[in-house]
Amino acid sequence: MKIHEFQAKELFKKFDIPIPRGKAAFTVDEAKKVAAELGTFPVVVKAQIHAGGRGKGGGVKLAKSAAEAEKYIKQILGMTLVTHQTGPEGKVVKKLLVEEGLNIAKELYMAILPDRSNSTILLMASEAGGMDIEEVAAKTPEKLIKVWVNPAVGFQPYNARALAYQLNFDPEVTKQFITMAGKLYDLFMKYDCSLLEINPLVITKEKKLIALDAKINFDDNALYRHKDVVEFRDLNEEDALEVEASKYNINYIKLDGNIGNMVNGAGLAMATMDTIKLAGASPANFLDVGGGASAEMVENGFRILLSDKNVKGVLINIFGGILRCDILANGVVEAAKKVKLTVPVVIRMKGTNVEQGKKILEESGLPLTVAKDVWDAAEKVAAIAKKAKN
Amino acid sequence: MSVFVDKNTRLVVAGITGKEGQFHTRACAAYGTKVVAGVTPGKGGQKMDDIPVFNTMEQARKETGCNVAMIFVPPPFAADSIMEAASAGVPLVVAITEGIPVLDMMKAYHFIKASGVRLIGPNCPGIISPGKAKVGIMPGPIHKEGTVGVVSRSGTLTYEVVDQLTLNGVGQSTCIGIGGDPVIGTNFIDALKAFEADPETKGIVMVGEIGGSAEEDAAAFIKRNVTKPVIGFIAGLTAPPGRRMGHAGAIISGSSGTGQAKIEAMEKAGITVVRNLGQLGKTALELFPK
Repeated sequence: MKIHEFQAKELFKKFDIPIPRGKAAFTVDEAKKVAAELGTFPVVVKAQIHAGGRGKGGGVKLAKSAAEAEKYIKQILGMTLVTHQTGPEGKVVKKLLVEEGLNIAKELYMAILPDRSNSTILLMASEAGGMDIEEVAAKTPEKLIKVWVNPAVGFQPYNARALAYQLNFDPEVTKQFITMAGKLYDLFMKYDCSLLEINPLVITKEKKLIALDAKINFDDNALYRHKDVVEFRDLNEEDALEVEASKYNINYIKLDGNIGNMVNGAGLAMATMDTIKLAGASPANFLDVGGGASAEMVENGFRILLSDKNVKGVLINIFGGILRCDILANGVVEAAKKVKLTVPVVIRMKGTNVEQGKKILEESGLPLTVAKDVWDAAEKVAAIAKKAKN
Repeated sequence: MSVFVDKNTRLVVAGITGKEGQFHTRACAAYGTKVVAGVTPGKGGQKMDDIPVFNTMEQARKETGCNVAMIFVPPPFAADSIMEAASAGVPLVVAITEGIPVLDMMKAYHFIKASGVRLIGPNCPGIISPGKAKVGIMPGPIHKEGTVGVVSRSGTLTYEVVDQLTLNGVGQSTCIGIGGDPVIGTNFIDALKAFEADPETKGIVMVGEIGGSAEEDAAAFIKRNVTKPVIGFIAGLTAPPGRRMGHAGAIISGSSGTGQAKIEAMEKAGITVVRNLGQLGKTALELFPK
């Protein structure tokens, strides 16, 4: 799960991690009030959306006066912000963060994330702050300093020293950095984060280390023990269909093709999408109803993928094994009737009672075609897509 | 022969009295696996069918000599259950549970490694040596006894692959689902080592997916250490970057973890990479020695 910068900074505050003075605002008046209350200029007006790259997209502005602040507040609030992470359609800005401007002497980068290659927690820092870190990692990997913490042992001060003494800090800043790194690690572990990133982490001319930005992602599997984090969820930032799917424990991701597909199991779902592409069509979504796949889940999944108006045909690929195909077939027929199916559906199913399942589908009178295997299914559905185009 | 599980497997099931636990315990027993014990705290002394249930893994190990544990405990308690099994000295732990918090698993991972126990999973279908023992949730009848080792990060995609092998008359020595999570106990390399060392395994099918670098690491290992023919498949070539595709591990971040990079690494290592899933069974029939 993702949260906004201002929410991440609330958590930083809880752990005594220095952030600029400031407050979130949802209206122009609120934002103006925050700017006035800061009692100093310049102030920074920052769009609050989940995607990165906000500065380059025009969503972050430095205002030197009250008039300028008002101008930027009106400009950013309500704008459709397009960044390299939002996709071309962009995101409407509904929230702002207004903060004091700082006397920045140096911009750094800092991140914490799990390293799956050795099951440790990776702390990364770089003097190349404020830049696209993917680019730093690719072009100048030596500028990205890394240390690994064994989570069974926990963070040790030497871990922070190993970073700090490679970053050419002033001794005063070194001390602040070691304290801050420990607190960030604590926050990361306490809240089951999957990513914590500060870009930039700044050193001010007054030699203070301050988190100018804050980004935190959380491990969805651990949200059950963080009710306060769940309250941070902003459904405005998520795709409506994906939100709907998550209610039924269905994994749905919208893509830009026109062949809807529904599969049980994530790996098989990805492989099915790939097969659709190989057959010459393009998947409209990723939809995993889970390894078990009940008739009810099939019905909900079906409804969700069909609400995407781009869908011209559907491929259902269920490898049941233990699941009975007659039950699955009944689920599909029921769902198709309820959603008033208008597009052709190709079904490939495997499991016990395949023949009975086939019979149910064929006798339903609905546009349902049974395929004999995964490639046959992909070819059949690709033919449908081709027809739809002509 | 086979790897990790066989006729000598004596299975204990953690979470045996739950709905899933019961269902799959029965399916494993019906396949011929010797299920000797179950563990559910607070239900010690009861029986599930004819299988004795214990309060703790230690009691189960002491009373029954169980040597493989299958974990069906819900996610919030699963890491604890994995560590309990390892602590009791059960040498092989197979964790089926999906949705265990990553940080819980990381701690369990280091505990497991220190105790010398092998963990398979979590978030996996389990392991089966066809005709000998099934420790997991995979449908038994799609398997066929034979000489091809299968290792995969996926669940139902593994069934699809195995089904194609069987339909083409290519039997399997052992099929291992290593799991789709970021932190797993047994990786591709561990499984490849075991297959390379097993004299009865003549060929290997490796099923990977986008995200991480496990497939690249495995490819480098194969190039240096594996003499048997390997077929590879990678799922997720059409997946968009930055999105978690169901499996927590299946996410492309930046330029790493892409399917294309994995396929290139695998082909460079001499692996026959199948691009069309529908062709996998046929390729296996052509490539693997009879």
